[in-house]
Formats: sequence, structure tokens, C-alpha cells
Amino acid sequence: MLGLAADRLRADTNRLLAFLFHQGILDEQFLQLQQLEDESSPNFVSEVVNIYFHESEKLLRNLRSLLMDRELSDYNKMGIHLNQFMGSSSSIGAKRIRNVCVAFRAASEQNNRAGCLRALELLEHEYCFLKNKLHELFQIQQQRVLAAGVRYPMQN
Amino acid sequence: MGLKLQPSQQQQQHHSVAVKVNEQTGTKRGYTFIQANRAWLPKFLLLWVMVMAFLSTWIYKKMDADIKVRRKEVLSSMCDERARMLQDQFSVSVNHVHALAILISTFHYYKNPSAIDQETFAEYTARTAFERPLLSGVAYAERVVHSEREEFERQHGWTIKTMQREPSPVRDEYAPVILSQETVSYIESLDMMSGEEDRENILRARATGKAVLTNPFRLLGSHHLGVVLTFPVYKAKLPTRPTVEERIEATAGYLGGAFDVESLVENLLGQLAGNQAILVNVYDITNTSDHLIMYGHQNQNGDLALLYESKLDFGDPFRKHTMICRYHQKAPTSWTALTTAFLFFVICLLVGYILYGAAIHIVKVEDDFHEMQELKVRAEAADVAKSQFLATVSHEIRTPMNGILGMLALLLDTDLSSTQRDYAQTAKVCGKALITLINEVLDRAKIEAGKLEMETVPFDLRSILDDVLSLFSEKSRNKGVELAVFVSDKVPEMVMGDPGRFRQIITNLVGNSVKFTERGHIFVKVHLAENTKPVVDAKAETCLNGGSDEGVPISGAHQFKTLSGYEAADERNSWDSFKHLVSYEESQYGASVNMTVPGETSQSVTLMVSVEDTGIGIPLIAQDRVFMPFMQADSSTSRHYGGTGIGLSITKCLVELMGGHISFVSRPQVGSTFTFTADFGRCKKASFNDTKKSNTEDLPSSFRGLKAIVVDRKPVRAAVTRYHLKRLGILAEVAGSVKIAVSACGKNGSSCGSKIQPDIILVEKDLWLSGEDGGLSLRMLDWKPNGHVFKLPKMFLLATNITNAELEKAKAASFVDTVIMKPMRASMVAACLQQVLGIGNKRQAGKDAQNGSLRSLLCGKKILVVDDNMVNRRVAAGALKKFGAAVECAESGKVALKLLQIPHSFDACFMDIQMPEMDGFEATRQIRMMESQAHEQMNGGGIDKGLAGKGEWHVPILAMTADVIHATYDECLKCGMDGYVSKPFEEENLYQAVAKFFQV
Repeated sequence: MLGLAADRLRADTNRLLAFLFHQGILDEQFLQLQQLEDESSPNFVSEVVNIYFHESEKLLRNLRSLLMDRELSDYNKMGIHLNQFMGSSSSIGAKRIRNVCVAFRAASEQNNRAGCLRALELLEHEYCFLKNKLHELFQIQQQRVLAAGVRYPMQN
Repeated sequence: MGLKLQPSQQQQQHHSVAVKVNEQTGTKRGYTFIQANRAWLPKFLLLWVMVMAFLSTWIYKKMDADIKVRRKEVLSSMCDERARMLQDQFSVSVNHVHALAILISTFHYYKNPSAIDQETFAEYTARTAFERPLLSGVAYAERVVHSEREEFERQHGWTIKTMQREPSPVRDEYAPVILSQETVSYIESLDMMSGEEDRENILRARATGKAVLTNPFRLLGSHHLGVVLTFPVYKAKLPTRPTVEERIEATAGYLGGAFDVESLVENLLGQLAGNQAILVNVYDITNTSDHLIMYGHQNQNGDLALLYESKLDFGDPFRKHTMICRYHQKAPTSWTALTTAFLFFVICLLVGYILYGAAIHIVKVEDDFHEMQELKVRAEAADVAKSQFLATVSHEIRTPMNGILGMLALLLDTDLSSTQRDYAQTAKVCGKALITLINEVLDRAKIEAGKLEMETVPFDLRSILDDVLSLFSEKSRNKGVELAVFVSDKVPEMVMGDPGRFRQIITNLVGNSVKFTERGHIFVKVHLAENTKPVVDAKAETCLNGGSDEGVPISGAHQFKTLSGYEAADERNSWDSFKHLVSYEESQYGASVNMTVPGETSQSVTLMVSVEDTGIGIPLIAQDRVFMPFMQADSSTSRHYGGTGIGLSITKCLVELMGGHISFVSRPQVGSTFTFTADFGRCKKASFNDTKKSNTEDLPSSFRGLKAIVVDRKPVRAAVTRYHLKRLGILAEVAGSVKIAVSACGKNGSSCGSKIQPDIILVEKDLWLSGEDGGLSLRMLDWKPNGHVFKLPKMFLLATNITNAELEKAKAASFVDTVIMKPMRASMVAACLQQVLGIGNKRQAGKDAQNGSLRSLLCGKKILVVDDNMVNRRVAAGALKKFGAAVECAESGKVALKLLQIPHSFDACFMDIQMPEMDGFEATRQIRMMESQAHEQMNGGGIDKGLAGKGEWHVPILAMTADVIHATYDECLKCGMDGYVSKPFEEENLYQAVAKFFQV
């Protein structure tokens, strides 16, 4: 029974990952990130992703305030934020977010406020989506770990 | 162009002459000017033509006028000449008549009685007529007053007659001719006063005392126009200033002569040159209103436009004469002037046209030039865009492809039905092929852009060849194709070069061969390029090889002495030439086992690599485009065998980058042999040992000194086997059959003459399968226990592919201890031998490829990661930690600077380039500055011995960057970085970058 659950969980993980890859939300960098996870740092991925969420939320807040507060937005600062966002996104392999960032940056370089606002909305949307999906993924993985943990003594 | 148009509008105001001059002086000012006035060029041409037409007309006029003036001058000079001569002649005659008059006055009047009578006069005048050529004759008339008439008539015996030969009527005076020249004797006794003209003449002559002339009239005799000259003869000597009355009183008579002017002038003109050309008229213009013609026709045609008038003075002041000359013909059109002007015009026209043409040409060339420049710029831009596009696109394709492959790998992990698994596997294989293709295209683009740089690192050529062969071993085994490699001993163990590219070349060539070969063999051979030549003259020195050759007669007429016995395209690889190479080495090998190559002093070594196959070959028509990209022999080839045909073109480029060249010999249905040369550097012994471990697989040395016999009928194959054994340090001999091998052993047993005491016997499968040898081997087996051999030789079977049945048979025969599958690789052979011989494997260290080596490189190293992005920092740190490095992080360039204050304990620094405040370049620059300062201090003070011992401060800084554009790399190096890694860490990339600094 428990073994079956582990299999199901693995299949779930794979399905979810496949979906994320298929939709272009993640790319192979995420796989590389997963490969970095080993005994010495078992929660490496979730750790990194959590940092990413933390940073990203800050960045998104900043971007929104930059766009909203003043009529004359500081596009330079926005560009720096976006670069940061892009860097971290590509590091964890959040491909779609990265692409939106590219579009956002292009809009900000042209001082296109409307474009920036559109891009920001899209970015927030994508971010939320990714966050949900990754949370889901981590949940499954946690269950898997639990399942594995349960199974381990049984085999012995 | 757009810029040029603006000034041209302004310059159109230029004066045309200036323009002309400029056009004439050539195109020195060239470009701007001509270009600027391009619209005006036809107008310039027209203007030029017009000016030239005007000029030539002017020239014509001028020349024509000159000619006319000259003509006039000629006319006037001729006319004057004629007039002067006429005058001279006339005056000579007049003078003579004067002399006659004096004669008469002297001898007729002063003498008494008269000394002259008619007879004397006639005689005299006749004899002196030559003096007066112009006068038809002279006569003397005496003055007779009416009162004296009768007396006179009586005295002479005739009456005075008038001109009409009638007796003269009564008059005051008479002038009857008394003396006359014979030519005019008909006028004797005629009264001269009866003629109107003569009378007037006489009156005027006696009044003036000078010769006088009449109007011209028709002469009596000749009817020519003429004038009569009359001279007075005075009776007594006149006073010095006589009055008219005194003269009249003193007059005794009149001497007269008729001038035949017409014949006179005709004679005269006849004597002169140019007579035909001009027309002469002589006029008497005493009466100004009515000119009397003396000579010539009044209405004669001539050039009426031009006439010349010369004055004539015949000595009679009362009468005025003039001579008028004109040309017979009208002035001819002056052809010289016409042609000169015309030619001038034509030449100028041509010159103008040439200049125009030149200007047009210049304009055109300049236009073309600009167009070309623009096109060039565009082409270059397109080229840059193309390479960027290629780089981007291939990267972009690779990313999703990695996704696909990753997912496929995940998919294959799941529970799949066999069909599904098959599909997924196929998809994965296809994906891998696609990635390979993309890499190839990228390679090709890189080579074309000249961006491909060759590495120079030491590598082991043999192990690379082994690797490549093992790649294809599966495929070749399935096809039953024999795959073998042979590297000449003279080739150094380690060479400097680009192992990756070398591997790529070999992989390409062997891959092609495998693809197109269904039977026979594929044979890779490497030797020094210099070796090929001396091979020919190296006489057969070997006895053993030769002996074995003779010992085993080749079965089947169609056997060729190649690796597999199939015919190969290039004869050079057949045994006949190959054995020289081998034997040559043999002798050397015997002399020095440690492979000290004679020419080791030279820095580089040129290797010749040939890849021979016995495949379908290349059709003759396709042979010349084999190295062209995307060209396969024909379209059906790609349908049969797949592939894009880009491989060989890349191979060619790579070979050329390695300083060699590639060629091939191919015969359809026989096979192809690709041969290429490449330059490699020799490896220095020192660096040799360091690097050896990192990228070569070590062969166990535990087999050194073993002896083996290779039983093979095919010498080339035997040589290959021997080569692999030799690499393991096993001395091998070749025997043509098991029998010979056995006898060798036997010999050893009986007599110790031969040094061979084989530990191993390797038998080719096809040899073993032929029944005779099988039997023999059994016999040998039988013999074995009987013999006193202290150590039984182990038997191995060499096979390309082996069926289960054959395997069983081999096991049943049990003389074969194990089967070594071909293609042979030194390491594989070693493994087999180890298994069988049980020689301890001392060096079976866990070797999980690069991962392990990377770990060994980074283990225990302290590394600083500088990145402003927390996520990136965490990922980088995680990746590095995974390889055992101790990682510290800094979130900005400033913090990094602080941490890297000397002395510090970091072994390396990974630096992000894009950071706010202080970017990676700047930070690196400052770090380097700091280091050099520290260095100076150290040198100056010499205090810190410990640090000095450590060498100079130089922490390796590696840039972390997301874009791997070449320019960025250059920038990295410029500001003192040591290398770069692309941002999401890839193991290989990281390994390559790190390996330079941390060598174990």
C-alpha cells in the first residue's frame, strides 16, 4: 500500500514537472537545481526557491510602487530590479517569468508606461501561478520523503 | 547620396567656363565635384560642343582671310611687276624714238643738203628696229605750211594726201610723211594732220616738246589696238626755256610711231610666270568718265571680286594710263582651312566626349562604390546578425530540447509498456540527433565566423582513438564490420592540441565510414607524416613477419592483404606498404622500449591519420563536392543513410585549423580512404605527468613483460592486435596459424633457442573456425598436459561478433579462456586479461568520470562567490558545495573587496558581472590593483617571508555570466579575470574553467 503511494507520488511529481516543462514555465535549469540536492543539503531546492519567492515578492512590490507612485516613473531603477528578477528567475529555471521580465525590460527601456503596467500584471500573474505550482510540487515531494521514510524501516 | 545632393544644388550656379576647365584638368578634384554636378554633365557636353563649333568656325574664317590677303598680295605684286616692265619697255622705245628725232634734226636739217633721204632712213630704221620692239614702225612727217605746199609737192613730186588717200584739201598746215620705215611705207605722202588723233597729237607734241601719245585706236595695218607716239623735231636749237610759241615756230616736223600695245603686252606677259592665272587690262584713263581700253577684253570673265590697279607712266604727262589685274578664276575654296577647322572640331568633339564618358564613368563607379559599400555594411550586419541569430537560435533550440530530453528521461523512468518505451526511446534518440545537428551547425557557424579557437592542451591520442572506436563498436559489431585502430609507435604518447576537435574529426570520419560500410572493415591508422616516404625504401628487414607470410598461403584468390581481406580503395594501407612501417618500428622498438623518438627536439609533430573503409564508396561525380556543406553524394544517400552532409565540411575546416589538410581516395563499391594530416605540439616531459592523470585513462602496468603469440593469418590485423598488446607492455609475436604457434611453444620446450615463452595466445575467430586449425588446437590442448610447461599459455579468442552457438562451441572447446570482442581497446583487453590472468588490479580507483575529478579539484578549496542576486548566490554556492568546496558569499563588489583584503585565504573567486554599484569588471580591477600594491610592498620591504614563499598574490577570478558572447569574454580578460563560466553552472564548463587553476 505504502509502496504504491510512493509510486503514485513519484508519478504525480513527474506529471507536474512535465506539465511545467510543457507549458514552458520551467526549463532544464530547474532540473540542474534538483541535481544539486543531495544528502548534505536535502532541502536545497525548496530553500533556494523560498529565497527566490522572498526576493521576488520584494521586487514585485518595488516595481508596482515605482510604477504607481509617481507619474514620472524611475525607469532606470526599474531596469535594475528587472535585471535582478531575471537573473534569479533564470537561476531557478523559471523560464516564463524570465521571458515576461525581458518584455517588461524592453517596455521600460522605451519608457512605455502602459506596456510596463501590462507586463507587471502579467508578471504578477505568472509569479502567482509558479508559486502555486511549486508549492504543490514541494508538497508532493514532502509526502514522498515521508513515504520513503516510512517505508525504509519496513524493508529492514 | 542624400548628403551629396544638397551641395550639388548650390554648385549649379558655378560658371560654366570654370566647370569646363575643371573637367579638362581631369578628375583630380574628382569625387565631390563631378558627383556634385552629375546632372549638369550632358549640358556641359553640349556647351563644350557648341564652344568648339564656334571656335572651329572662327579658325576657318581666320585661315580663309589669311589666304585671301595672300592672294591679294600676290596679285598686286604680279600686277606691279607687269606694269613696271611694261613701262620700262615703253620708255626704252620712247627714248629710242627720241634719239631718232635728234638724228633727223641733226642730219636732215642741220646738214645742207640733207644727209638723209628716204632710202637711208628706211635702211637705218630697219637696222635699228630691234631697239624698238614695240613700235610697228616709225615715220617722219614734215611740217608744211599751206604757203609752202606747192613748192613742197613739186619738190617731192607727189601731192599731199589725206588719210583716205585723197588729195588733201586746203589747210593751214600739213604734215605729210616724207621718211618712213619700210614696214609702214604705205603712209608715205599721207598728211598726218588729216587724222583727228594724229593732228591733236602733233599739236600737243610741238607745244610741249615731249613725246605724246594718242588715245588707243585700231591700227591701220594690224587692227590691233595701239597708240601713236609723236615726237616733235625742231629746226633750230631751242632756247633753254622756250615758250610754246617759240616751240611751234621752231618745229620742223614730227617723228611718229605706232605702238602695238596689244601685242606689246601679250609679249610681255608671255615672258612672265603666272601668266595663266591673272587677267590683265590696260586702260587709258585720261578721260576719267570714259576709260578707254588699251589691252584686254572689256567683258572678260574673271574674279570680279578682287582686282588690283597699277599706275602706268608712259612719259606723257597729259595722258594717264592704268593697268588693272584680276585673277582668271574665282578664289578656290580653301580646303586646308576647311579640313583644319573640321579636324579641330572633330578632335575637340572626341576629347569632350571622352571627358564626358570619363566623368560619367567616374560617377557610375562612385555610385557603384557607394552601393557596394552600403551592401558591404549590410552584408556585414547580416553576417553578424546571422551568427548571432545562429547562436541565439541554436541556444534557444537547445533549451527546449534539453527540456524534451529531460522529460523523456523522466518518462523512461516511469512504468511504460514496451511499445511506449520504444516510442519514447526513439524520441530520445531523435532528440539527441537533433542536438548533435544543432551543435554541428553552430560549429560550422563558429568556424565560418573564425571564432573557433583551438585549444592547446596535452592529451593522449591513443585513448581518444580508443574512445571513439568504442563509441561505434556497438554499431560495427551489429553490422559485422571489423573496426580497428593502429597508432605508430613513433607518435608521441602525449601531444599538445585540441582533443575535443580531434575527437570530433575522428568521430565524423569513422561515423561516416560506419554509416556507409556493410561488410569488411574500418581501419584508423595514425603515424608520423614523415614516415610515409621512407617506408618505400625500407627494405623488408623482418624475418618473422616474412616467415609467417609464407607459412600461411592466402586462401581464396580474392583476398586482399588488408585488415579484413576486402579490397580497399587506397593501396597504401595494404600490408605491402604497411609492413614496412611496422617493421621499421619493430627495429626501433627493439632498440629502445621507452619510445624515445629520434626527432623529439622539434617542437611540433605532424601526424597523418587515415580512415579506411570498405563501404559503398563515393560516386565519381560526387567526389569533388564531398567537402562542401550540405552536399551528400546524391539525394538518395540521405534517404538511405540519413545525415545532413555537414560533417565532412566541418571536418575539413577543423583539419585546416589544425594546420593540415584532408584528402581522400574512393572507389565506388570498393571503399574510401580519408587521409588527413594535422600539426600537434610535442609535450614537455614536465607537464606530462601533471596532466596525464586528469584526462587520460591509465593503463595498468601489471602486464609488462608478458609474452604473447597472436595467431592471425591477416598481417594487418595481427599488427593491430600487436599494437594494442604492446601498449600494455606485452611483447607479441605473430604466427600465421595455431600450428606455428604451437610449434613455437614446442620449440621453446625443447630448445631454449627462441626467447618466446608465451603467456598468452590470441587466436582470431575466423582462423579458429576453419576446421583444420580447430583440430590443431585440440591437438595442442592434448599436448599441453604432457609438456613440461611450467605455465600454461592462456588462450583468447578474438572476434568481431560472435553468435551464441559459436560462443558455446568455443566454451566447449575450452581451449579458449575467454573471448575478446573487437574492436580492441587497450583498456578492454587489459580488463579481459586481468579477469583471466587474475593479475591484481591495483589501480581500480573509483573513477566516476569528471564528477569525481571536479570534486577532487574543488575539494577543500575556499571559494568566494560574489553576486548581488541572492538566489543566484545560493545556487552557485550549492553547486560548488556539491563538489566539496567551502563557499563564502558576498552580495556586492565592495563586500568582496573587503573580504579579499590581503592576506586572505580564498583559493578562487566567482564574480558576477552585472551588479549594481560596482560591477564585476570594476571589482576585479580593484582587486588586481590591491594585489599588485601588496606585491610591491612585499618586494620593497621583504618582510613577510611566508607570503613571499607563497608566490605572488593572484586570486583566480572567474566571471559568471549569462551571455557567452565573445566580446564579453575579451572584456573579462582585459580587466584581469582568468576565465568565465556561463551562469547556470554546467559541470563540464565549470570543470574546464577550474582545471586551469587547481591542479592536483
